[in-house]
Formats: sequence, C-alpha cells, structure tokens
Amino acid sequence: MNDVAIKATNLVKKFGDFVAVDHLSFEVNKGEIFGFLGPNGAGKTTTIRMLCTLSSPTEGSATVAGFDVAHQGNKVREHIGLVSEKMIMYDRLTAQENLRLFGELFDIPRNALRERIGELLRVVNMEKWADQQIGTFSTGMKQRINVIRALLNEPEILFLDEPTLGLDPQSTNEIRDFTRSINDDAGTTIILTTHAMTEADMLCDRISIIDYGKIVALDTPSNLKKVITGADTSVIELDVPNITPTLVSNIQSMSCTQTVTVEDETHIRVHATGDEACDNVIDTVRSGAGQIRSIHNVEPTLEDVFLYLTGHVVREQVADKVTTQEGRHGRRARSRIR
Amino acid sequence: MGARSGIRHALWIAWKDLLDLSRNRMGLVMLILMPLFMMGMVGYIFPSNSGMSHVPVALANLDAAQGNTSLGTQFVAQLEALNNKTGMMDLSTVGSAADVKSNIQNGQQSAGIIIGSNFTSNLKTGKQADVTIVVDESNPQMSSLIQTQLTQAIGLMGTQTATYGLNQTYKTPLNYSLAQVAPYNVQTTGIVPGQTSYFEFVAPGIMGMVVMMSLMTGLPHAISYEREMGTLDGMLAAPVHRMSILGGKVIAQTTRGMMQGIMVLILSIVLFGVVIQGSIALILGILLLGVFSLVGLGILITSFTSTEETATMIMMTLTFPMMFLSGVFFPISQMPQFMQVIAQFLPLTYTISALRQVVVLGAGVPEISRDIIILFGFGIVLLSAALLAFERAMKR
Repeated sequence: MNDVAIKATNLVKKFGDFVAVDHLSFEVNKGEIFGFLGPNGAGKTTTIRMLCTLSSPTEGSATVAGFDVAHQGNKVREHIGLVSEKMIMYDRLTAQENLRLFGELFDIPRNALRERIGELLRVVNMEKWADQQIGTFSTGMKQRINVIRALLNEPEILFLDEPTLGLDPQSTNEIRDFTRSINDDAGTTIILTTHAMTEADMLCDRISIIDYGKIVALDTPSNLKKVITGADTSVIELDVPNITPTLVSNIQSMSCTQTVTVEDETHIRVHATGDEACDNVIDTVRSGAGQIRSIHNVEPTLEDVFLYLTGHVVREQVADKVTTQEGRHGRRARSRIR
Repeated sequence: MGARSGIRHALWIAWKDLLDLSRNRMGLVMLILMPLFMMGMVGYIFPSNSGMSHVPVALANLDAAQGNTSLGTQFVAQLEALNNKTGMMDLSTVGSAADVKSNIQNGQQSAGIIIGSNFTSNLKTGKQADVTIVVDESNPQMSSLIQTQLTQAIGLMGTQTATYGLNQTYKTPLNYSLAQVAPYNVQTTGIVPGQTSYFEFVAPGIMGMVVMMSLMTGLPHAISYEREMGTLDGMLAAPVHRMSILGGKVIAQTTRGMMQGIMVLILSIVLFGVVIQGSIALILGILLLGVFSLVGLGILITSFTSTEETATMIMMTLTFPMMFLSGVFFPISQMPQFMQVIAQFLPLTYTISALRQVVVLGAGVPEISRDIIILFGFGIVLLSAALLAFERAMKR
C-alpha cells in the first residue's frame, strides 16, 4: 500500500452526454514515471485534472499520495506539482516573481523559498534571467521556469501534461533530460501525458495506452511491444518508389494483413501475421508491378502497438490537434457550462 | 490552512494582479482616461442653470408703431438691458416670424422671441400684448431651460412695467405698487450654502458608477481570463482555499475601482468646482460598501460563464441599464413608475443616493443609515449565493 502513489478506481468524467473518461482504474507506484499515451481527446488531460483536484469525478474515486481527491483536496494539493498543457506563468511578472508567488501559495517559509528558487533556477540554467519578465522569454525558456515552478513545494508526485508540446527539438530534449533527472535525483513520481511515442518510450517505466476514455493496455514499453511480436505479427517496412492506391488496397486485401499505413510517398508499413508474411507482401507488391527498393522486418514501436490495439494511428489525430486545438477547447469549454 | 494563511494567500494574489496591472501600460492609460472622459462628457455636455449663457436667440419685433410710440421697441430695450446684466442670451434681430423659424431650423439660433404686431395697440387699448417664445424642439433639454428662463425674464419685465404704471397713475410709492402687482415674493434656498449645479448632482453618481463598472467588468475579466489562459489551474492546484483566490481578485479589482473613484473625486473638485459638503472618509466608505453590495453579482456571473467573452457581454448588458436606472444622470423620482420599481432592486441606486446625500447635502452616517443597511443586505444575499456558485464552478 505504501508503495502506491496514485490509485484510481473506476474513474468516470462526463461532460453532458460526452464521456471523456470511462471507468479508469489503475495504480501508479512510488518513484515511477507513468505515462498516459493517446491521441488528443482520449481523456488524458481530463484524468490528470481529476487527479489534481481541478475537476471532480462524475463517478469513481482516486487517492493521490494517500489522500482522497474528492474529500481531501487540500492535502492532495500539498503533495503535487502540476505542469499543464497551458503554461502557468504570468507574462508581466519576472521569473523570480512568478516563482515567489507560487511558493507563497504553498506556504513555503520565506528564507527556504528564496534558497529553493535560487537552486532551481541554477538547475535549469536560468539564474541570469531571474529578473526578466516571462513575456520576453522563448517558449523553451518559459517551459523551464514553468517546470521548476511545479517543483517548488518538492512534490511527491509531479504531473506533466504534454510538457514538450510546441517546443523546439533542443528544448524538448532539455525538458526530457530534466524530467529524467527529477525522477532519478528526488525519486519523484511522475505522471506524464504525451502523444509523442518516442517520448513515452524514452521516459516511462510503465505506459497506459488510452483511447476514447478507456485504458486499452497498461504495461512497460517493452512488454507493450511484445503484444505485437507475441501475436506472431511482423512489422514490415517497404520502400516502394511507385506506390499506387491499387497496390495499397491489394496489400490490404491479403488474408495475412492487419493494417497498411502509407507513411510518405515511398514508404509503406504493414502489420501482417504468420511466418510467410514477408514473402506474401513481396509477392503482392511484385505482382502489382511495384518496385521494392528495400524491405525490412522492423522492431515494433509504440506507434505500432497503438495502431495494433486501436486500429487507428495517433499521428493523424495529432496533426488534426494542432490545427483545431482552439476549436476543440472552445467546444469542450461550452459543454462544461451546461 | 487557518484564516491567516487564507488572507495571506489572497493578498499575494492581489499583489500579483496589481503588479501585472502596473506593468500594463495600455491598461494604466485606460484606467486614467476612463473617468476623465466620463467626467468631461457629463460635465460639459449636460447643461446646468449656471452654465446657460450666451444662448443665441433670434428676436423679431413685428410691432406696428402708433405714431411715434412703439411699446415693442421699449420692450426690446428693456429686454436688452436685462440681458446685459445676466449675459444669458446673444440677441440678434431678424425681420419676420419666418426668419425666426428658419434660423432655428438651420441651427443658427437656439430659440426665438416674437413680439406680436398688435403689441402697442393692444397695450394702449387695455389688452394683454402677445410675446411668443419659439423653442427648438430638437433639443428638449435646452428648450425647456430657455422657456423657463425667458418666461421668468419676461414676467419680471411685466412686473416692472406694471409697478411703474401704478406709480405713475396713482402716485403710489414704488414699494407699495410692487406689492400690489406681485404680492408674493418667492425665494428658494437649499440646505447648504451656495449654488448647486447639475454637476454636483451628477458627480457622486459618476463616482459610484465608475467604481461599480470597474469592478463589474474587471472581476469577470480577471477570473475568466485566467481560466482561459490556464493560469487559474496553477492556483487551484496549490493548497489555496478557493475563497483566497476569489478574495485576491476582489481586493485587486476593488483597489483598481477605488483608484478610479478617487480620480473622479479629485477631478470633480479640481476641474468642475464641486464642493464636497460631507466627509471624504465617509464617501470612500460608501464606495467600499457599494463594492461589497455588488461584488456578489460579479462573482455569480463569472461562475456561470466559462469564457471571458460571454462574461464581458453579460456584464455590459447588465451594467448599461443599471447605469441609467440607478439615477446617475436623472433623478429616479422623475422616471416612469415601472422604472422606479426596478431601480429599487439595484444596489447602485442606494450607493448613489447615499453618496449624493453626503457630497451635496453634507449628510452624516445617521442620515444615510437606511441606505447603509440596504446595501449590507444586498451584499450579504448576493455574496452568499455567489460563493456557493463559485465553489461549484471551480470543480467543473
């Protein structure tokens, strides 16, 4: 029991008729990095919000750091840190002022707070920007301050909701390394939501794949990949310079084929079962006058796992998310009023 | 999580909001400009009695003289003599009644005086002589003012003429003649010395209104904006009582509103010569009480709307009628019955009435105790409802 940081039992959240989170039950162990992986709208953020006491569950219960989210909200809040999708920073305040405000809200004694702020700023190499207004920072710099803001109270559990969304590759790497070190150094339990498969793969001890408000799988990354290999399914990547729709549908109609994904103009990724899967695919492409420049039987990625389990690709929806983010939020917000 | 840390959190949140405001240059400029515009507009646009001077008036003397006596000309001379003393009008002579009309139509003149063609003959044969005042109906406020002033002036001239006539005919002393012609000497006196202007009436109203508007638009903005930006989550995910967040916002917005109210107070004294009869501390106290009475409404609306846009829209829809119905510009007693009924349910009505009594009449706490009690009542009822709604809204 003492090893459990979070325990959720049949969590449900409805917005009107829309079921955002559908009977989630899971446990997060102390000290682990636990990932929620899934497309936008899958219910990741809603789950996090319930665990952070920002939203009350429609049904079910959860304990965070041993306290009930519904009845011991303040106790829960004392033990958590939150980095949400939107930055919790005030643009017209300096980095130092932002940190001081939140430190005071956590009732950290003044001297201890001053030291803590200095220390955290040093860790993320931001000391010389301490007295600059946040509004003048780049997104990457802001996010560094945003993350250390969530660490002011030395939380037992840190929630990171899409911490690298919209960051440049360098900042993304910095934040990922930092996340790793928070977990290593302080033993902080981290709940990470992401739609980036590689990020989840790199960081998480265990991942729960979530789609339409339900957990479809929950395991370590390597075990998740075994779902595919264990089911005698191969992931085959072909480089075909002359892909045609007929070719794709021919592969699709093969009995051994599960899914076909056209990755770009020349690459096709096929999930197929059986020992002859690779041969069969080659035959089909050849007979359809397709040239095969190369063919690999590749190690499954989490993306393949997601596709295998849900039958659809995360990436498409991610692209959709970036363009329609505003609309989605608007709709969500409105449905909340009712 | 005692009350002390709750208050401390509220103060930190207020500090944050005010610091943010102080660095928002555009916001600061608006903060100062808004009351300035309000004061300027209302102070100069609305005419006041003392402010009526040099009104352009067309004068048509149609009187047909009898021999070499024209009583019409005498009347004009008398009117001009009176006008020279008061400087009320700029008289310009025109030839006909049609000219008077067309001059008013094309906006050259604001009113006209026509001396009838039988003026001399009527007077000579013991009849009343006709003087017509022509008013500009497109400006009802001005025309009613001119009508009153001119009627008064011409009446005064009549009294003078009659008094002089009695004195000449019956050799009665002038004093006695005057008492015969006009037996009643009416005098008006207020309960504070000096002359009051419309501005003195309107200044307390604007003060109340500016503070309320600032709060009512500022509060939903402050909360909904943070909700949309996502920063509200940061405070909600910290061990901070919801009331502290709300309290911090209220403190910050009240400070902002009071700053504007004080600016109005200073402007009305310095620029518009308003004399404050009562105590300034009491005025500020009433303003704060007014804020207390309305803050619940602001929170209620914030709780029921999720975007800043809708919150602001609802606020505008509510504050606009409130501005007019609560007697900022016109006395409530002059409004139609149903409006007076509505006005009774607006806290702002009582704030403004109390402010007016203190500013204009120098009232103290006992004189406005009824308003104070009502404002407290509004505050407690609205606030209790609002806190319940807010608690629920934060959990959505």
